[in-house]
Amino acid sequence: MVGYLIRRIVAGISVLFMVTVATFTIFFLGPADPAAALCGSRNCSPERYMAIKRSLGLDQPKVEQFFSFLGGIFAGRTLQSGGFVKECPAPCFGYSFIQNRPVSVILAENLPVTVSIALGASVIMLTVGVLIGSYAAINRGTTIDKALVAMSLTLSSLPYYVLALLAFLVLAVQLQIFPRTGYHPLLGDGPFFLDLLKWVQGLLLAWLVLGLVMSTSYARFSRASMIEALGEDFVRTARAKGLSPRRVQFRHALRAALAPVVTIFGLDLAGLMGGTIFTERIFNLKGIGYMAVDAVFNLDLPIIMGTVLFASIVIVAMNIIVDVAYSLIDPRVRLG
Amino acid sequence: MSGTQEPFLCVEDLTVKFPTADGVVTAVNGLSYQLELGKTLGIVGESGSGKSVSSMAIMGLHDPRRTTISGSIRVQGTDLLGVDDERMRKFRGSVAAMIFQDPLTSLHPFFTVGDQIAEAYLAHHKASKREARERAIEMLDRVGIPQASRRVDDYPHQFSGGMRQRAMIAMALINNPQLLIADEPTTALDVTVQAQILDLLQDLQREYGSAIIIITHDLGVVAEMADDVLVMYAGRCVEYGPCKQILTHPEHPYTWGLLTSAPHLTGDPEQRLTPIKGTPPSLIHVPSGCPFHPRCPYMSQLPDDRCVETLPELRPGGQGGSHLVRCHLPNPDEIFVAEIQPRIG
Amino acid sequence: MAQPATSTTGVAASSTTPLLEVKDLVKHFPVRSAGLIRRVVGYVQAVDGVSFEVPPGQSLGLVGESGCGKSTTGRLITRLLDPTSGEIKFEGTDIATLSQKEMLPFRREIQIIFQDPYSSLNPRHTVGSIIATPLRVHNIVPKKQILSRVQELLEVVGLNPEHYNRYPGEFSGGQRQRIGIARALAVRPKLIVADEPVSALDVSIQAQVMNLLGDLQKEFGISFVFIAHDLAVVRHFCRQVAVMYLGKIVEIGDRDRVYEKPHHPYTQALLSAVPDVRQAQVGGRRERIRLFGDVPSPIDPPSGCRFRTRCWKAQDICATQEPPLQTLVNGHRVACHFAAAPTQEDVEASQSAAAAAAGGGSAQ
Repeated sequence: MVGYLIRRIVAGISVLFMVTVATFTIFFLGPADPAAALCGSRNCSPERYMAIKRSLGLDQPKVEQFFSFLGGIFAGRTLQSGGFVKECPAPCFGYSFIQNRPVSVILAENLPVTVSIALGASVIMLTVGVLIGSYAAINRGTTIDKALVAMSLTLSSLPYYVLALLAFLVLAVQLQIFPRTGYHPLLGDGPFFLDLLKWVQGLLLAWLVLGLVMSTSYARFSRASMIEALGEDFVRTARAKGLSPRRVQFRHALRAALAPVVTIFGLDLAGLMGGTIFTERIFNLKGIGYMAVDAVFNLDLPIIMGTVLFASIVIVAMNIIVDVAYSLIDPRVRLG
Repeated sequence: MSGTQEPFLCVEDLTVKFPTADGVVTAVNGLSYQLELGKTLGIVGESGSGKSVSSMAIMGLHDPRRTTISGSIRVQGTDLLGVDDERMRKFRGSVAAMIFQDPLTSLHPFFTVGDQIAEAYLAHHKASKREARERAIEMLDRVGIPQASRRVDDYPHQFSGGMRQRAMIAMALINNPQLLIADEPTTALDVTVQAQILDLLQDLQREYGSAIIIITHDLGVVAEMADDVLVMYAGRCVEYGPCKQILTHPEHPYTWGLLTSAPHLTGDPEQRLTPIKGTPPSLIHVPSGCPFHPRCPYMSQLPDDRCVETLPELRPGGQGGSHLVRCHLPNPDEIFVAEIQPRIG
Repeated sequence: MAQPATSTTGVAASSTTPLLEVKDLVKHFPVRSAGLIRRVVGYVQAVDGVSFEVPPGQSLGLVGESGCGKSTTGRLITRLLDPTSGEIKFEGTDIATLSQKEMLPFRREIQIIFQDPYSSLNPRHTVGSIIATPLRVHNIVPKKQILSRVQELLEVVGLNPEHYNRYPGEFSGGQRQRIGIARALAVRPKLIVADEPVSALDVSIQAQVMNLLGDLQKEFGISFVFIAHDLAVVRHFCRQVAVMYLGKIVEIGDRDRVYEKPHHPYTQALLSAVPDVRQAQVGGRRERIRLFGDVPSPIDPPSGCRFRTRCWKAQDICATQEPPLQTLVNGHRVACHFAAAPTQEDVEASQSAAAAAAGGGSAQ
């Protein structure tokens, strides 16, 4: 197990290295010029432009630039800009000269919002999706089953941003059912209970919309998976033993049906952690997705690159976690 | 209740239908048989003959929403088709238990063998987990798993094929059932392991005095295990009676076909096999009259398309006794002696 | 019945050069550790020094239980797997080490039929294109004649030649196996490796396919390596039979010798274990040789004789010395230190050994 983990982590790091190379190539060597962006369009004299370039290290050879970026992730680095010295402590994913802060600090500031959204939405999408899916599977072919499948198809065929926007306008603005959308830190200054309440209040609508929409694919997937599991020989054995239908369905069939769901969930969770652009924009939650969009508009390349790198770290980590989780669920899977 | 004298298991006019998009599949049609405690019935037939479906009906394992079952299945006088779900659940695994063809897929891959066996015990007994586990170890030991107290915590994939089937048998017998249904219990196993499992089943039957239904396509297995044999074709019983009589003096052309189509370990190895022509019929459009007529080489011996038009009754065979056969041929024993016997040595 | 078959294919030629000659064939699959560095910690000795010959127009049966290496042997002969060592001589040429490209002309001569008629045919291709593929690959007939050749082949295997446009899903199991046979026949091979060709089929269908294979052998003089676990099926089809256990041939010889006078305890146990219809005549189960335990792991097979851990005859020598395959009478070879025809004592000794082994298990 330990050997396996080390191997996977080494492999993961090499993937991340390649991602870094790729993003570095695209952003820093591509047509967009960060120095020009920083310099601004109005009073950018060639001297100022060159000064910025020099201070960013953009006049260095490309390979050197890359390695000083890479070194910054582990050791931090010191950048100079217009006479000011900017400290970018490890892990330095870059330094945003527009916000005048290291990217890692910006990420750390936005991360709690995104994690809050991801966790809440995951709970909803998993429970609602799996419950509806397995209920439909157990009642396969009945009207209830058909209605649930139709509902999930309808919900997932609507464009998400339309749905989310509508939900926000109707439920939050017009009917004021969810009046206070916005992020309130869970570990704020007030008493924990009050913080918790505000935290939930601010996120609930986003959780519901995102969770319910994503639950539709879980419902369909777990329905198919559950139907397959219910047809397995070992489920027949469980029934032949004289177990109660509930025990057959939940202990025997659902357990087998959930194993593939875990894989998909791991990857979806990684996706959510990387930022949910529509959700964060529409419900005014300043998470990583929100920040990334801002960065794109401002041509704040260090932030974009930091976000991409962060998202890939999450995906690589999630993949390893999924495999380990799978080996805990299914004793036949031996990590080795 | 009607019979204190009635046999332990009485299946009468059992019919099992599955409505499908293409039409109604009549998987079992008017099946009747009896079985006493301590005896073994072998049900023989090819895939789609209804042999497994009929036994699943005894266990109440068909989905009632997708199955229509009629007739009666009486165990000690109680008709199982009339009892409610909860009573049927209590019946399954305690009065009657079942083992299946593929022990690997029949065991849950995520739970230990001991856990699954103990679960069968707990489903019918008020006992602690520890007691159930002790009982599971005892049973594993009884069915010949070496170091049972250690192997009880293994997962099914850590067992060999033969050991998995032993574990299935342990699970089936943990509640000391009176009826054991074994559905192709050795088909997935190697021949030396098959011999071990068949030996084990016979030993256990002697010990517990239970009735066994063994479902198989292999007449050799039937010959070694069964007291009575029931041959099924297209959902119907075509021949039924004492094992010895059916295997030495069969009277139905389908049974003849089964005997002559399989190669043997003795006799002339160069002799050409006599296959049954054609393929088994669709259960949605079962042939008219005798369902075997399109594949029967003796159809022409009977006048006026009788085989195509009329379904033969299940009538007593020429040897008397309880041998029943569903065929129009007036002189089956003569044909058997003259044509079939020389070919099977 | 088979007499004419051998004579038509030329006994004169067959008596001198075998069509296929396998010598010391070995296939070891590496087993790797689970640690950080996945070093090779052992080998699955799937096939370990197997030798046999198949004369033209003849059949050799390979029998044994799962894991004995019979299927691996079949795949090695057809070079679907690469041998670890050993020779596979086809008409005198060693094909064991040929590259894929050099192998191409031999692929035409050596065909394989698989057990599962459901998964070995691509469901998205018509039967016609499945059978035509080898014709095209090997450029056997001009393009214009492909269809008529396909139809001819369908007819040979007993299918309706007009059904070339249908998909495998529209055929029953027995018919699909016929399609597999037609595909193998398309290139007019000299050798067919048949890997459990009838074990997935119902009894009545099994006989149809067996008869078809027999007819084809007589008509085209094809040699077969016939792999099956069913001893009766092998006896029916093959004049030469090799019994395998844990990657080795333990007994090989003429059908009549192997089945009538088996000299290896494992062969005796196998034959004794087969349930037989004729037992009903005497009633109940016959006294048989009983084996105890399971087949050991091929990763770490027992020293000396591999069968000794389950053998009622085993002595000290069996653990220290591997018994060589020794010739008893012409062509009948057995690998056992105590090779002898079975007796009633064997039955009793095996049963008490089995009982002792079972008792030993429950004592713990």
